[in-house]
Amino acid sequence: MRLRGNIEPLPPVKTPGRQTKTQKRFWKVFWRQRYLYAMSLPFVVWVFVFHYVPVWGWTMAFQNYSPGLSFFEQEWVGFQHFIDLFSDERFYRVLRNTFAMAVMGLVAGFTVPIVFALLLNEVRQELFKRTVQTVSYLPHFVSWVVVAGIVTKLLSTSDGMINEGLLALNLVDQPIPFMAKETWFWGIVTLSDLWKEMGWNSIIFLAAMSGVSPELYEAAKADGAGRFRQMWHVTLPGIRSTIIVLLILSIGNLMSIGFERQLLLGNPLVVDYAEVVELYALNYGIGLNRFSFGTAISIFNSVIAMILLFTANYLFKKYSKESVY
Amino acid sequence: MERVQRWTKSTLADQCFYILNYSVLLLVMVVTLFPFLHVLAISLNDSTDTVRGGITIWPREFTLDNYLAVFNHSTLLTGFVNSVLRTVIGTVLGLISGTMLAYTLSRRDFQGRRFVSLFLVLTLYFSGGMIPVYMLIRDLGLMNSFWVYVLPGMVNAFYVFMIRSFIDALPYELQESAKLDGANDFVIYWRVILPLCKPVIATIALFLAVGQWNAWFDTYLYNGSSPHLTTLQYELMKILQSAQTGNEAAMRSADPELAGRVSPDSLKMAITMVTVIPILFVYPFVQRYFIKGMTLGSVKH
Repeated sequence: MRLRGNIEPLPPVKTPGRQTKTQKRFWKVFWRQRYLYAMSLPFVVWVFVFHYVPVWGWTMAFQNYSPGLSFFEQEWVGFQHFIDLFSDERFYRVLRNTFAMAVMGLVAGFTVPIVFALLLNEVRQELFKRTVQTVSYLPHFVSWVVVAGIVTKLLSTSDGMINEGLLALNLVDQPIPFMAKETWFWGIVTLSDLWKEMGWNSIIFLAAMSGVSPELYEAAKADGAGRFRQMWHVTLPGIRSTIIVLLILSIGNLMSIGFERQLLLGNPLVVDYAEVVELYALNYGIGLNRFSFGTAISIFNSVIAMILLFTANYLFKKYSKESVY
Repeated sequence: MERVQRWTKSTLADQCFYILNYSVLLLVMVVTLFPFLHVLAISLNDSTDTVRGGITIWPREFTLDNYLAVFNHSTLLTGFVNSVLRTVIGTVLGLISGTMLAYTLSRRDFQGRRFVSLFLVLTLYFSGGMIPVYMLIRDLGLMNSFWVYVLPGMVNAFYVFMIRSFIDALPYELQESAKLDGANDFVIYWRVILPLCKPVIATIALFLAVGQWNAWFDTYLYNGSSPHLTTLQYELMKILQSAQTGNEAAMRSADPELAGRVSPDSLKMAITMVTVIPILFVYPFVQRYFIKGMTLGSVKH
């Protein structure tokens, strides 16, 4: 579109003759670029099937969907499923859990990698620095299944390392049932997420730090700033824009915390604190074959996510304008 | 010279800071590595001995029995084969689609460029959600089939844009001169672009492979009733969940093969290591690429 616009500005009136001319030109270029089309169109069709067709499935939320019937035979119920959803007590608990874990994850997953990157940035021995980095990325590449297995193993009451250690140090006289304590679940999820992703999330901050001008450090040093003050007054302000941009982006993704951790780490004892929106959709929608109700949950989730995304986008625009002028 | 100065000129406060900093970072390393070493030690320890407790990061009674049990167990072996297959096929398909789309999108003169690009960008912002996708997979007849592992996730818009920004940074003259030599668009893609894209391809390949290797939810959702399509992660997840609900006895009776030689706990640790070790082998080789790729991708978005 842009390319064609450059050559001939938008025709004011579409005469039939003109149209055939553009059409002819289109097909001529089409033939010349047939390899490019052959390399992209199959995947466009693919994207259409796997990403666009499911959106059509949203209509299910307004029907009493029954798998045997065609689209036109379905019974339409309007917003009934949404009304059911909003009057379900469990739904509010699920929302609370989702928000709590999202916010805890955002706070911990943001501050700790910055601190880690700051500390790493102060290391002058390349070998030590690289070793710490390599080790810290490692858990990112391991699946949540494995992490959940390791976490439950370490926290187990029968032969978990943590309880064995606490017993050996006489800090407790009975093993603590970590995984059975409802109120600890959010903390366990947040900490295991931190363990898994801290190193990985610090990459971007380290990259931003390497862009801070060495002259600023020289100037700070000349003013008598020690390592700590340099960190505070030079490095941190130097990556300020990166921090803000990433923070805004993660606000946009707040609702998409998924359900993997909750499903794998959760157990019947802590379900009141472990169930999140998507897990709720999974259990109701697919588990109980209530497809329409489950879809309504997904739609609600998407709407909230969209609101957050637009808010974040607005903030982003506002902020980046400030940074330019 | 600069480095030397920094050290010699450091004050007492700086010295304290360094000591503190190095200790904290060492602690981070220990905390990160310890769980892996602990699991490794248990997986290499005799399972009846493990029950006595007290294993930290060194096996007390070394044995390979737990690993032998994993590879002698028919379900787990099937899972291993399927995991390898989906990783290889999924990675190759993902790379083909990603590089082809990225190349066509990087061509300024391609007249479908804006449309294709918009079509892809939109997928980053909305999705049908779990249930409509589930219904689609069911309607397409992909349930209880191997293809459900590799087809739904084949095109990833984010990876496409990462590869494209890499191609955009290459000099366009290379393509023009290839064109003058009579190469068609596909030949340019294959002989000019792909060889130059090795770093970004290595990065994306790692991401795709790790994603495939670590996936378990699609097995859970779509192929749970097809034992021949099981994956290693799914088997590990099943054993884990049964252990968590305190159902070890039920698991033993469901899996008599396991009951004999090794305890479920030791077996769990051995499977964990089997799923972790391939990643440990691959990732040091691609590490130098992915840091660059990561920063590039994040800056662009």
